[in-house]
Amino acid sequence: MFGLQKKDTTLLLVVAALALFAPFLLNPFPEGSAMAQFNAGYPDLMQRFVIFGIFAVGFNILFGLTGYLSFGHAAFLGVGSYSAVWMFKLLGYNVIPGIILSVIVAGLFSVVIGYVSLRRSGIYFSILTLAFAQMSYNMAYSVLGNPTSNFNLTNGETGLQVYTSDPQILASAGAPDLPHLFGLTMRSSYQLELGSWLFTFNAGYYLCAVLLLVSFYVAIRIFRSPFGLMLRAVKSNQQRMNYTGLNTRPYTLAAFVISGMYAGLAGGLLSTMDPLAGAERMQWTASGEVVLMTILGGAGTLIGPVLGAGFIKYFENIFSKINEGVLHAWFGFLPDGLENGVIWVVEHFVGPGWHLTLGLLFMLVVTFLPGGLVEGGQKIAALLSRRKSKDTDNRATQSTPAE
Amino acid sequence: MSKFHVSRRGVLRTGALAGAGLALPTYLRADTGYLNAPTGSSVTLGFNVPQTGPYADEGADELRAFELAVEHLNGEGDGGMLNTFSSKALQGNGILGKKVEFVTGDTQTKSDAARASAKSMIEKDGAIMISGGSSSGVAVAVQGLCQDAGVIFMAGLTHSNDTTGKDKKANGFRHFFNAYMSAAALAPVLQKLYGSDRKAYHLTADYTWGWTQEESIAAATEAMGWETVNKVRTPLAATDFSSYIAPVLNSGADVLVLNHYGGNMVNSLTNAVQFGLREKQVNGKNFEIVVPLYSRLMAKGAGENVKGILGSTNWHWSLQDEASQAFVKSFGTKYGFPPSQAAHTCYAQTLLYADACERAGTFNPCGVVEALEGFEFDGLGNGPTLYRAADHQCFKDVLVVKGKDNPTSEFDLLEVVEVTPRAQVEYAPDHPMFAGGELGSCNPGA
Repeated sequence: MFGLQKKDTTLLLVVAALALFAPFLLNPFPEGSAMAQFNAGYPDLMQRFVIFGIFAVGFNILFGLTGYLSFGHAAFLGVGSYSAVWMFKLLGYNVIPGIILSVIVAGLFSVVIGYVSLRRSGIYFSILTLAFAQMSYNMAYSVLGNPTSNFNLTNGETGLQVYTSDPQILASAGAPDLPHLFGLTMRSSYQLELGSWLFTFNAGYYLCAVLLLVSFYVAIRIFRSPFGLMLRAVKSNQQRMNYTGLNTRPYTLAAFVISGMYAGLAGGLLSTMDPLAGAERMQWTASGEVVLMTILGGAGTLIGPVLGAGFIKYFENIFSKINEGVLHAWFGFLPDGLENGVIWVVEHFVGPGWHLTLGLLFMLVVTFLPGGLVEGGQKIAALLSRRKSKDTDNRATQSTPAE
Repeated sequence: MSKFHVSRRGVLRTGALAGAGLALPTYLRADTGYLNAPTGSSVTLGFNVPQTGPYADEGADELRAFELAVEHLNGEGDGGMLNTFSSKALQGNGILGKKVEFVTGDTQTKSDAARASAKSMIEKDGAIMISGGSSSGVAVAVQGLCQDAGVIFMAGLTHSNDTTGKDKKANGFRHFFNAYMSAAALAPVLQKLYGSDRKAYHLTADYTWGWTQEESIAAATEAMGWETVNKVRTPLAATDFSSYIAPVLNSGADVLVLNHYGGNMVNSLTNAVQFGLREKQVNGKNFEIVVPLYSRLMAKGAGENVKGILGSTNWHWSLQDEASQAFVKSFGTKYGFPPSQAAHTCYAQTLLYADACERAGTFNPCGVVEALEGFEFDGLGNGPTLYRAADHQCFKDVLVVKGKDNPTSEFDLLEVVEVTPRAQVEYAPDHPMFAGGELGSCNPGA
């Protein structure tokens, strides 16, 4: 189907099903129950899962295929976000121009950065991209963001937002005052109550999900194309390719620009869901995050980055919200002295300490599952069907990165 | 139950608004007409404070104050400022008979992160009001989000003119004072103590609050004859200011104005003192340092260095009025130390919100806005206060404080030099430093 092999079609259908039924899958616990704390099926987080999924899928085209580790991809995310908000400010709240422009601008920006950075490989490439991203961040934060100057492109720390005094030349009279797709606001949701379960279907989420599927499909096509094969060759031995008389730079630059456009799309969608673009999303921590997502899920695999993105965003949004009060409710059954002891320990791993939990899990995954969560899944599958183990092993070697 | 500040017209207007809210087309819990209407026996408030980053100390203190306020609203504890508050609508049985519960989030002092955490509190936990925060950048960003989403935002510590100036929103309210008020209160004292022939050098945190404070202080001091030598912007995340202090020595300035707050101010002041600025003589005068926005937490962080340094503050625990005393007592009993100004403003905001719901008879944001606009109250520690309808800013007395030379305890670090009366810090809603924004109309979100 769609020019895909059977295996890839299945994968695409699985992702489509996951995206379609996410509101059900992510809300497994009834409202008001103690476990409702772990429900993730609310619009903001579902949107983030999908948007960062797109970001990581794009990053994987560069990192997973060519092995070039970019530490500056957040710059493209940020540029995409700013472009989209500028479209809202100038043209109006319809999301189409914003999304298109964010992809184009991020693409152009990545041509420039990629052209310079790709003159080096390995650690030097990583440092160059990091330097460019930090430069962009500082420009956005301070130089281009001072409201008192005449050239205020980013509005600095406060973040670029839409004011009622903005031109919005294409806005029609009755159009909503929020990002919308031909009148359907991104914020609008339909809530379905089934017994004590509450499921939320959000328009913005489904727009992101559709774009994720398109991005995912394009990524599969790239992975399976001769172009993708060339990128893999770059990863396994770029020198040998150069010796055979082949110029690899156009291929790596193309991969860099494609992944930059994916990042731009993700940034544009972030602004579409919440029309404020802050400079922090260009900071090096944001660049590092997408590297973590990709490695955690499984670099070089198709589904891995999406899983990694979901994993990290889940921790960031759910574990960081468990505060002392919640812990007291959980461990209330213990005797007082013991309760306080247990809470003192657990406290460091939740709430503001969620980074600690994530760090531990990341270490475990990298140590025991170098292929990421995908490898974990494959191992479990192999355990479950010993008879077909030979088959699975073959597949595992296929999708594990060559290095 | 002795006194209701409810006029016949007010009741009619509120009723009409609530009616209009009900008549709106809705698809979310269609019976209520506003977002996150509490359906059970409890109501959820969202407290969004910095738990990490340069303002984490303030955030932790804000959270303590919120917990205390919720306790008092639910009728637990000694009631604190509920007993001294001039409006007696609250009865200690929650808000409108519903028990108050709360969820917390971490703003990280980043606009993006703060909006994400506020969004998740609104969407996941059903918070009907968002409060807290210790940065104006965050306050402006979250206020915009609350306006779009249709919940009330009760700003925490935010001192930028923009929060109730060009970025003001109908659903947002600020109890804290602002940079303009600081400048108006501070300038006469500076003139009295340091004379009217001074050269000032500004170091400014590079975001909305720093900019507006720099603008306000420069304008007020220039009006009394000071000269502004230079204005230098420093990144919010900076921790070492030595490279910014060195040029001050050679600039010919004799006053350094630190437009920094929290951890920024602690570090920059410490650097300035280490460079020997305070012992210097320039232009035949003693070199002076001014910190326009001061707090006890900062004074504690900077230790010895704050002695004799002037600044302004919204509230200080050593105030002797009945309300402040009651608040300090119940906060001190629960946590063992006196509250900061950040804690005070957050506590006051929670009470003001609860009281507005009670007087409006609904949680509908439009009803709450109606009840808070033009509301005059007393007994929350700042004397008679007005919530101005035109920009949702509170007007009250401003304290000019000084680092104490001989502190008697680790909390007794600031002394009040002057209480500047409200009349002296008032300004027109369309003052140039505040112009450009529009309040818009209240948004009930559904």
